[in-house]
Amino acid sequence: MSFIMYLINGISLGSVYAIIALGYTMVYGIAKMLNFAHGDVIMIGSYISFVTFSQMGLGPVPSVVISIIVCTALGMIIERVAYKPLRKAASPLAVLITAIGVSYLLQNIALLVFGANPISYVSMLDIPPVKLAGGELTITGITLVTIVLCLVIMAVLMIFIKKTKAGQAMLAVSEDKDAAQLMGVNVNGTIALTFAIGSGLAALAGILLCSAYPTLTPYTGAMPGIKAFTAAVFGGIGSIPGALVGGILLGVIEILGRAYISSQLSDAIVFAVLIIVLLVKPTGILGKPIFEKV
Amino acid sequence: MKNKKLKNKITTFLIVIAAYAIVEILLLTGNMSSLLQGLLVPLCTYSLCAVGLNLCVGYLGELSLGHAGFMCIGAFTGAFFSVTTADVIQSDTVRFLLALVIGTACAALFGFLIAIPVLRLNGDYLAIVTLAFGEIIKNVINVLYVGKDSQGWHVSINSQAELGLEPGGVTYINGAQGITGTPHSSNFTIGVILVLIALFVVYNLTDSRTGRAIMSIRDNQIAAESVGINVKKYKLLGFTVSTAIAGTAGVLYAHNLSTLTALPKNFGYNMSIMILVFVVLGGIGNFRGSVIAACILTLLPELLRGLSDYRMLIYAVVLIAMMLFNWAPDAIFFREQIVAKFKKGGREV
Amino acid sequence: MAFENWMLLSRFLIQASLLKLVTSKEVIIKKRVISAVLAAAMVCGLLSGCGGNGGGKASADSDTFRIGGIGPVTGAAAIYGSAVRNAEQIAVDEINEAGGINGYQVSLQFEDDEHDAEKSVNAYNSLKDWGMQILAGTVTTTPCIAVADKTAADGMFEITPSASSTDVIKNDNVFQVCFTDPNQGSASAKYISDKGLGSKIGIIYDSSDVYSSGIYAKFKEEAASLGLEIVSESAFTADSNTDFSVQLQDAKDAGADLMFLPFYYQQAAIVLKQAKDMGFAPAFFGVDGMDGILTLENFDTSLAEGVMLLTPFAADASDEKTQAFVAKYNEKYGETPNQFAADAYDAIYIIKAAIESANVTPDMSVEEIGTALKGAMPSISYDGLTGSGMKWEATGEVNKDPKGVVIQNGVYVSID
Repeated sequence: MSFIMYLINGISLGSVYAIIALGYTMVYGIAKMLNFAHGDVIMIGSYISFVTFSQMGLGPVPSVVISIIVCTALGMIIERVAYKPLRKAASPLAVLITAIGVSYLLQNIALLVFGANPISYVSMLDIPPVKLAGGELTITGITLVTIVLCLVIMAVLMIFIKKTKAGQAMLAVSEDKDAAQLMGVNVNGTIALTFAIGSGLAALAGILLCSAYPTLTPYTGAMPGIKAFTAAVFGGIGSIPGALVGGILLGVIEILGRAYISSQLSDAIVFAVLIIVLLVKPTGILGKPIFEKV
Repeated sequence: MKNKKLKNKITTFLIVIAAYAIVEILLLTGNMSSLLQGLLVPLCTYSLCAVGLNLCVGYLGELSLGHAGFMCIGAFTGAFFSVTTADVIQSDTVRFLLALVIGTACAALFGFLIAIPVLRLNGDYLAIVTLAFGEIIKNVINVLYVGKDSQGWHVSINSQAELGLEPGGVTYINGAQGITGTPHSSNFTIGVILVLIALFVVYNLTDSRTGRAIMSIRDNQIAAESVGINVKKYKLLGFTVSTAIAGTAGVLYAHNLSTLTALPKNFGYNMSIMILVFVVLGGIGNFRGSVIAACILTLLPELLRGLSDYRMLIYAVVLIAMMLFNWAPDAIFFREQIVAKFKKGGREV
Repeated sequence: MAFENWMLLSRFLIQASLLKLVTSKEVIIKKRVISAVLAAAMVCGLLSGCGGNGGGKASADSDTFRIGGIGPVTGAAAIYGSAVRNAEQIAVDEINEAGGINGYQVSLQFEDDEHDAEKSVNAYNSLKDWGMQILAGTVTTTPCIAVADKTAADGMFEITPSASSTDVIKNDNVFQVCFTDPNQGSASAKYISDKGLGSKIGIIYDSSDVYSSGIYAKFKEEAASLGLEIVSESAFTADSNTDFSVQLQDAKDAGADLMFLPFYYQQAAIVLKQAKDMGFAPAFFGVDGMDGILTLENFDTSLAEGVMLLTPFAADASDEKTQAFVAKYNEKYGETPNQFAADAYDAIYIIKAAIESANVTPDMSVEEIGTALKGAMPSISYDGLTGSGMKWEATGEVNKDPKGVVIQNGVYVSID
């Protein structure tokens, strides 16, 4: 019975990772950059929803909408100011380092604005827990919401990319930027759109993360960000279903590793599994194999 | 070509030596603040790390996000040696030199072992594996307990109690509390000598047959393979030297503080990324730039102390601005224009 | 000070960018020579510029005691450092308003260490340049061990509000306001055993934290000798401190009726919520790090109903001193002080008591002050926010009684 409980908790944790990983994987697929500031956009999204919901007393829907709008705008501004000027830089590492600078900046802005004291985040939705097997299994409402929402977002994104013009443009840019440009795709616009979607998802991820694990500080986004990045690589970075698979596997491995192997070494276990997977399948579980041109 | 390279090398050595001379003069005349005196060894530590990582990133063309992990190995093995042999080896210098050798060797060994399977991966996948490795090291060290009593050595990766030490037994590595009481053997002179040695090693490595082989792999692995270069061997060599230098930096770090713990702050991925920032800001493949960038970015937050609450905020802004200024094509174009103007003006006069 | 740094920084940045300009690939002139000269000039300018600060130490104003504080005010541990900084400032302001110590004014400078040993030593050196005579810090344990080494070498008197490991007080110039970790561990085990609070004990602790693993180790040892049964023990780390479902499930399966939680309240808040969500309701027992849970912004205090903890300080205690302090802190910083703040406030007043007892004056050297205060400490007795009749061993350890409290209707109630 405990095993099923652990599995559900793992899937729930993994769903949050998966939504965060989506942001990483989309940006990577299209702009070929690791956006290390993504985790901190999540944190900003959580604070915005906390301010609008708990402090200003807005309803759940307006507060979610506002945090998505703010994060989307934030993502686009960051892209425009800090990343776009470096898109054609001599080394792809330049933009990686700038992303780290942005990450520090967001953390320190949050520290100044919201203070160092943690905030207990109150979930917006009050869904009663589901009790199964005569009360031995308890699944919290937020767990269900997270898992369902994760699947819905994934489906919507897949349809968006397959069926819409903007989605096709994204695919084209991720395949070959220059060729896409020649075919009349607005590359800059597409990259900006990708950042907008990724950051909007970050707001949602932040709200779900803090609803499930209710402590909010300026550093809340950092570690889930890194783990989600790991999840994205795990599943095959650049692949949207890969983010889902990678996120959920990572969550399950983390929880099961902690439960059955060692609670002290759970981080090490997660990362060790990652290394082994990458050694066996060097581009991640669902990643495309790289063919080298001669 | 050859001559220019040589000149470049000599200039770098001269800069380091000149900096050392100036510092020593200021120290002797008592003109240096305590803050800066305390920063001298860390400056050497981070310069070393940056030089080591630059070899990996700039010449091998492999992105490593786990160099803090190798630094951590060097720090813990070096410090462990020093604490355990404190009674046996009386001379501080000898003990420290041995610790340096051991720390460097252990980091190199781990680097070598990691590199064998991992260097098959490319680009960002290699980055994530090294990051993962660094996190594993940190996590394991935090639950590692090593003690000694009359029965011999005891090791546990669970708790101190599990060591089952007899009364009077000593715990050397105490889990999250790490190692305390490492002798304070690091000093600026040793630090500068180590930086010079590291520079000497990397310059000679890159400016030799081996170096050219390594660079040819970076530029086109398939072409390199086709002319008969043993890609695996050279990659391993480059990566191992790079991790060895990180290990040396770790030993220096450990012997500058009386306490050594593996926290996210000092040996986590954040530190690995920080070292990468030094490398990129100083110029990929430019060792002198690495040293200068490491010094600037280590000093910057300390000099910003007067800003109290806004310190780290300004630091982040300055970091972003410096990156844009140094790397954005538009900014480079703008700089070129100014330089061109400056030169033109110069000629007219 | 700030201005000097600014000047220095701007000069530094200009030189750095000039250097970059000159070394940019495109310039073909004899850039290397110029860059070498510039670099040398930069290093020279930088070092001598800073040297100016350190040269004339602050012996100029001999009518002020200069107390330094060090702690994390940025980074993940910022909450502890900022609490200490705020409370130390309040104490110093109060003392100055009331006429200072023996008629001498006190000035306080607080530096950030980001909870990192190396940064902490930098902060310490920076404070030395400022002319610090007494150190009221550092806040967290690992940095404190590194700094204690430096204060010992300089003979400076140091009192730490909250660094609780026994390694901190290895040197005889360092004193603690808080309990040591082993002390808390054994006190908790004794308390649980004496009061018969639980028979099957589950423990969750932070294996990556010195404080938490220190208490855990001693608790376990003491529990064994007292015959308490520990049915479940599991850990978490700083990198995964948001999900405790596994640890709680393990304890639940083992039938624990009392959970011992030796860590801080941010994590404890999540533990309490997750335990409730999964329908697990044992007794919860915390240590002083748990204090603060009731004032956690937005926290549903009903979750903490019935939680017991050993703490030297309670923000809603009814004594006059605590109430005045809490009101003042609230007014000035808009939040309720936690145990770190209380320890820090006491630390400043303990320094005052020691200075008065040893009769030192600001014109004495750091070492003279250090020796005198060190000698005076074992003889003073101090009533503060975190204990009455606090006394110190010459080793630096404090003697005070932990108070057992239980949370009822959202407030602390004494168990005894």
